[in-house]
Amino acid sequence: MATKAERLAGKPVQFIEEATVRFCGDSGDGMQLAGTQFTTTSALAGNDVATFPDFPAEIRAPSGTKAGVSGFQIHFSSRDIFTPGDKVDALVAMNAAALASNLADLRGGGIVIANESGFDQKNLEKAGYDTNPLEDGSLDAYRVYPVDMSRLTREAVRDLGLTTKQADRCRNFFAMGLVYWLYDRSLEPTLNHIELQFGRHPEIAQANTRALKAGYHYGETIEAITTQYHVEKANLQAGTYRNIMGNTALALGLIAAAQRSGKRLFLGAYPITPASDILHELSRHKNFGVLTFQAEDEIAALAATIGAAYGGEMAATATSGPGIALMSEALGLAVITELPMLIIDVQRGGPSTGLPTKVEQADLFQAVFGRNGECPIPVLAAKSPSDCFNIAIEAWRIAVNYMTPVLILSDSYIANGSEPWRIPEVDSLPKIAIEHPLPEDQSGPFFPYQRNERLVRPWAIPGTPGLMHRIGSLEKQDIVGSVSYDPANHQFMVETRAKKIAGIVDDIPLQEVDGPEQGKLLVLSWGGVYGECITAVRAARTAGKSVAHCHLRYLNPFPKNLEEILQSYDCILIPELNLGQLRMIIRGTYLCDAVGLNKVQGKPFTIAEIQNKIEELV
Amino acid sequence: MSRLQSPLPVLNPADFASGQEIRWCPGCGNYSILAQMKKAFVALGRLREKVVIVSGIGCSSRLPYYMNTYGFHSIHGRAPALATGLKIARSGLSVWVITGDGDGLSIGGNHLIHAIRRNLDINIVLFNNRIYGLTKGQYSPTSPLGKVTKSSPMGSIENPIHPLSIAIGCEATFVARSIDTHVKHLSMVLERAARHDGTSFIEVYQNCVVFNDGAWDYAKEQDQKADNIIELEHGKPLIFGKNRDKGIRLHGMEPEVVQLGKGIAEDDLLFHNENCPEPSLAYLLSRMRHEDGFPEPIGVFHCVEKPRYDRKINEQIEQAIQKQGVGNLEELFRSGDTWTVD
Ligand code: SF4
Repeated sequence: MATKAERLAGKPVQFIEEATVRFCGDSGDGMQLAGTQFTTTSALAGNDVATFPDFPAEIRAPSGTKAGVSGFQIHFSSRDIFTPGDKVDALVAMNAAALASNLADLRGGGIVIANESGFDQKNLEKAGYDTNPLEDGSLDAYRVYPVDMSRLTREAVRDLGLTTKQADRCRNFFAMGLVYWLYDRSLEPTLNHIELQFGRHPEIAQANTRALKAGYHYGETIEAITTQYHVEKANLQAGTYRNIMGNTALALGLIAAAQRSGKRLFLGAYPITPASDILHELSRHKNFGVLTFQAEDEIAALAATIGAAYGGEMAATATSGPGIALMSEALGLAVITELPMLIIDVQRGGPSTGLPTKVEQADLFQAVFGRNGECPIPVLAAKSPSDCFNIAIEAWRIAVNYMTPVLILSDSYIANGSEPWRIPEVDSLPKIAIEHPLPEDQSGPFFPYQRNERLVRPWAIPGTPGLMHRIGSLEKQDIVGSVSYDPANHQFMVETRAKKIAGIVDDIPLQEVDGPEQGKLLVLSWGGVYGECITAVRAARTAGKSVAHCHLRYLNPFPKNLEEILQSYDCILIPELNLGQLRMIIRGTYLCDAVGLNKVQGKPFTIAEIQNKIEELV
Repeated sequence: MSRLQSPLPVLNPADFASGQEIRWCPGCGNYSILAQMKKAFVALGRLREKVVIVSGIGCSSRLPYYMNTYGFHSIHGRAPALATGLKIARSGLSVWVITGDGDGLSIGGNHLIHAIRRNLDINIVLFNNRIYGLTKGQYSPTSPLGKVTKSSPMGSIENPIHPLSIAIGCEATFVARSIDTHVKHLSMVLERAARHDGTSFIEVYQNCVVFNDGAWDYAKEQDQKADNIIELEHGKPLIFGKNRDKGIRLHGMEPEVVQLGKGIAEDDLLFHNENCPEPSLAYLLSRMRHEDGFPEPIGVFHCVEKPRYDRKINEQIEQAIQKQGVGNLEELFRSGDTWTVD
């Protein structure tokens, strides 16, 4: 390492365990690109990474305003990490509004790299500053480096014949270059990206390359910045990795599940934030036999999904809370016709249109209960970006083994967040066997509601000779499947559908607990809050507290041993990004008291918030 | 192999009947439509297992239960969307959507529009009785202005819509109309619809004996129909009337009823061209209403070819495979930047 330090023009390199960087600016400033590039670079350098992109709801809000600020946070570490980090160590602010809306998350003594031209009178006014924070001493608690990025970038690209506007578009590369230098990162991955992305426009590729290098050299030479930081490789499990976002992982999981069950994948969807990327990703993989249908609305998306399921394909739909609301009636149809399919809800802030780009976990009731009639649906929730891959395969296994729609809950935090994913061997993925009745198996008439020992009815595909039958939204006579208004039959069918779903409990793993098997406090969580919860609980244990963590991926039915687990602790804490939905279900199901920690600010928990609550309780 | 080589079974209409007891009111027009559908399937040589009938909610939508084919009785208005998913998945099936004026044009209007414009090879049959039957007699989107019903005791104040005008506006490739009791004509229209390569849309005038009896008498009664309907024939002039002495002539952009003879010859009349790529003629025909003093056309209004969604979506898969090769999971997982930890 010393040789490396020597090479670095005399500036000392400080080795640190981990760091959190946030790029923020106008939504047109290219901050998402800066963030993803820095992430890839850090992942390739062997760090564990976790990211948190934060978009404004408007596509291009007026420039320079707080409403238009877009951010991307990267936490990179030489240890195992589970969250994008509570506090930011270095904040890149492209304008005054970006600084104003992000400063609260910067730790004391943290670094501010500010684009000076984004702090002119107009920008200051739009951000609500009376005086320039870069000059008025209000940032004295931080290390502030104002950099005239506009001028430096324009100079770097001067002889390439670009317009000023084009030159200014390279500013994000200058900012990246500077941060790369600060954290001792290689430029190589980003140079490759530039080549790939802009190769057909050599002057733009040149300009971005020069801006990137200019930023890097600026760090090397500017006297104000005295120290460079270095985060060593993390000790990750052996294997091949890639960085993956939750929505991508879900899409790959769906394709894998289709391939492992010998089916074509059909996705019926209507564009909605933050689920659309699943539709986009799958549309790119038609060579896997993936059929993507962009419907006229969510009602049609699910109706078509039901049609494809009836037709014998692996059918799925992906939406967010408002879409699920429109789908409720068709979900009932999927339940009463007992067809296998996946319904993916990437949750966002509600009610109504709510906070379309922000995180919330408030669709749990909707997922478990949100339909007319007695209408049970298995519900699974992914805990992290890479877990979205596993959950898709597991949900499909349950759907076909029990002839039922299965609802998958994700959220905008894990959908857009990313982490390293250890790429599985294809052969290690479960094979999902599916049997369809054949004409030759039929000695007498075909009965669509004749059930097996798990109460599961057969999946007969239209087109098969001899198996003609009718299904539909009216209650059906047990076994034969004709329309039935018989009171006793209805009670029987309602109870049978409920029993079938409850029976899934025998087919899912027992619940695991991280920490002591009994003790003072159990933190019970579900969905995307996994990372903050496990980090907080482990920290509390290190501090000598008797705390365990139990994270649910199966929300309906709950694992068999959950009741026993709940009884093994004096106190149960359920942190949720809602007003206590899991808590109410747990209380109602197990008559067990539980304390809630509830946040609905469109933001994930911080680890500190959970730690504080644990402190308060034990 | 033996199954492939044996001759196709010869079916008769009774083979298409399911055992389920039919629950429509005695005398309902639906019985006749059901019978003509069975006959049409026989005439077409359709195998029962290759036919799927999808419906929504309403009296007409009970039809799948009465056919010994595959059937899916879905939810109100959504049958076209469900049929779309099914046809994409199994493009070899003969998929039929049975809907009504309320199911298809009120609650399901959006899905009907989009199914028609996508032009999948499905057949949509809309039973138009101009009333809500299953909910016991409220006005529907096709009820005439002023119609007195349970929910409009002072008369409906809504302008009715005309199903075929909607279909034509949605770029339909096959548009036709028939009448429940015109059995031969209805069979002919159903057969032609089934043979059309793309979405076919058929409006059938259907009498609801209980809540709107006689709504179509002008088009059905022996003594009235000749003067009130006009049978469309491709390439033929539009002639109607008991004595076939009246015709339709174009006056500028407007149709007009004229008396043949008195200086007006057949050649002066409007000639029907169902294959006209431009749908204006079909639209003009769909606008001819009894209440405005016109005979109402029945038969095939419009029959053209356009790309089929269900074919295209499967073609894109073929193209993607040709271009990128058959998808390989291993490669998919490893796309993008990867790194190895030892
Ligand atoms: S209510 Fe009318 S449409 Fe319905 S079955 Fe009776 S007669 Fe037929």
